Amino acid sequence: MTIDQYLFALFALLTCGGAISVVICQNVVRMAFSLIISLASISALFFLLSADFVGATQLMVYVGGTIVLLIFGVMLTSSSALLQIRTSPAEGFLAAGIGVLFLSVFSFTVWSVDWDRNEAKLAGVTAVDVPPQDYNEASSGNTVRPLAMSFVGLRPDKAGKAPGYLLPFEIVSVHLLVVLIGAAYLARTKRRVSAES
Amino acid sequence: MSLILAAESLAEIINSYAECDASSVAIAAVIHVALIGAFFGLPAGIFIWAERKVSARIQDRLGPTRVGGRFGWLQAVADGAKLVQKEDLCPKDADKPLFRIAPYVVVIASFAAFMFLPFTDGWSAVSLDVGMFLLFAMLSLEVIGVILAGYASGSKWALFGGMREAAQMVSYEIPMSICALIPIVMAGTLNLNEVIHYQSADWIGVIPPFLHWNVFHPVAGPAFIVYFVCATASCKRAPFDLAEAESELVAGFLTEYSGMRWSFFFLAEYASMFLVSAVAAILFLGGWDDGFGIVRALKGNSTNVLDPGVIAGNLLGAGVLMLKASKLVLIQIWVRWTLPRLRIDQVMTTCLKYLLPMSCALFLAAVVYPMALVLGTGRPQILPLSNDVSAEAEMSTSSEVEVERAAADGEVT
Repeated sequence: MTIDQYLFALFALLTCGGAISVVICQNVVRMAFSLIISLASISALFFLLSADFVGATQLMVYVGGTIVLLIFGVMLTSSSALLQIRTSPAEGFLAAGIGVLFLSVFSFTVWSVDWDRNEAKLAGVTAVDVPPQDYNEASSGNTVRPLAMSFVGLRPDKAGKAPGYLLPFEIVSVHLLVVLIGAAYLARTKRRVSAES
Repeated sequence: MSLILAAESLAEIINSYAECDASSVAIAAVIHVALIGAFFGLPAGIFIWAERKVSARIQDRLGPTRVGGRFGWLQAVADGAKLVQKEDLCPKDADKPLFRIAPYVVVIASFAAFMFLPFTDGWSAVSLDVGMFLLFAMLSLEVIGVILAGYASGSKWALFGGMREAAQMVSYEIPMSICALIPIVMAGTLNLNEVIHYQSADWIGVIPPFLHWNVFHPVAGPAFIVYFVCATASCKRAPFDLAEAESELVAGFLTEYSGMRWSFFFLAEYASMFLVSAVAAILFLGGWDDGFGIVRALKGNSTNVLDPGVIAGNLLGAGVLMLKASKLVLIQIWVRWTLPRLRIDQVMTTCLKYLLPMSCALFLAAVVYPMALVLGTGRPQILPLSNDVSAEAEMSTSSEVEVERAAADGEVT
């Protein structure tokens, strides 16, 4: 096994362990911490796969942004009902069913890949020397520039024929804004009600 | 670039002396970690001493005078020795695992961000095309440790400190990131080393090279001030130290901590002070560029990293960057002992009503300014590049290269 594989095993274990402890824990803040471990390990997996940009975005958006908002929201609305979550058996049953369905979809996807053909395809590719600095070649993992260009609607790699991702990008950002405003609104009203009562 | 190959170029050098591929990567990685550890710990120790000395002088005292000779040089070591011996307390009401783990989260986040700092031209542990982005992502993780510490302590003071910290960090991160984006947009890259290359230049006639630093740019100059204010706030430094606020909240999120865990928080605070100052120096003050073309002259056109000239130039560059970052840290210390603490509503007002609109306006100006200059003068900047003819030629060739590269990418895909 190479160092890469050891690290992959480590971070994959951390990802799964974090995810499992999110389900098992009943305290919201501990859940959030397990989620941090899980999501940060996923970003480490992205780095191992040379997807720097996606890994950094994972850290920035999920770990740095969403989780902080989550913990912050819990602290803001810290009533004992929110801090301890107890699920009823029916809920557990339902969640387990959905989880098993998801697992079957994922495992179907994983097993439907023809790995041997992929290996054969990759056999001709030799390791690319990564320059220690400066822009890397696109083949060695530098996807930043094409990605950024396609986010603003330009596709130089497809000679301008394919559409960029400007519209989905905008829709996602507006959606996120709506979610944030909604969360702030919910936190606010709850607080006001408790102040009156 | 895979993370474990972060030490790639060093591994190649080791490999050229001893033929062992796997272990040379490991050795290079260990060297990198040790070096970053030194750059993480040593400045923190020195700045803790400096903080005592500077605060003492500002308050008309002498500060530490005995430990390690006349100036109290070894005060930080003595502090460390004292803290190691202290009992590691954990309150009864605390959420114990989270309480124990919170200091490590803070230290690791701060330490990990050091990986992406280019200490001098090409000397960084991990040189990524998204280095700046990843550095800010790592820095934003620090707040998680503080919030956890505040929550897990099981104390009202700590909870208040953690909440204030969360509100402050979440809001100050926005203008800070927008201001950091301005040099990024100007240089057109997220690679920190490339941002410095963009600012370093040779003498052109009588124009000294330091005029190319972003801080002398009419838009990026004000952005530097806004960035520095936000960076001070993001390190929880006075006048923004509401998370600790010893006169109101005992010690905020630090209230229940003692011994080594407490000192981890402090180590991380001073290290991230140094880190944001180094980032400010890189983005706005030319990083390792000394401003008079000495580093560039020493390095010449040599590409061999073991060339004496290159090594001398790199060492000088590292010293220049350290000096710039230390100056900025000293300013932070000076501000801390001069200005009174803001109230929490004033902190939020400063950020959301003043700094955020300012940073947005500056960002817009940074995008529009080169266009306006091109319309007015035909060139995207006021200062001449090496000289106009060759500069334009260079620009056109680089854009041709860009087009060719894009075409090649298209063929590949």
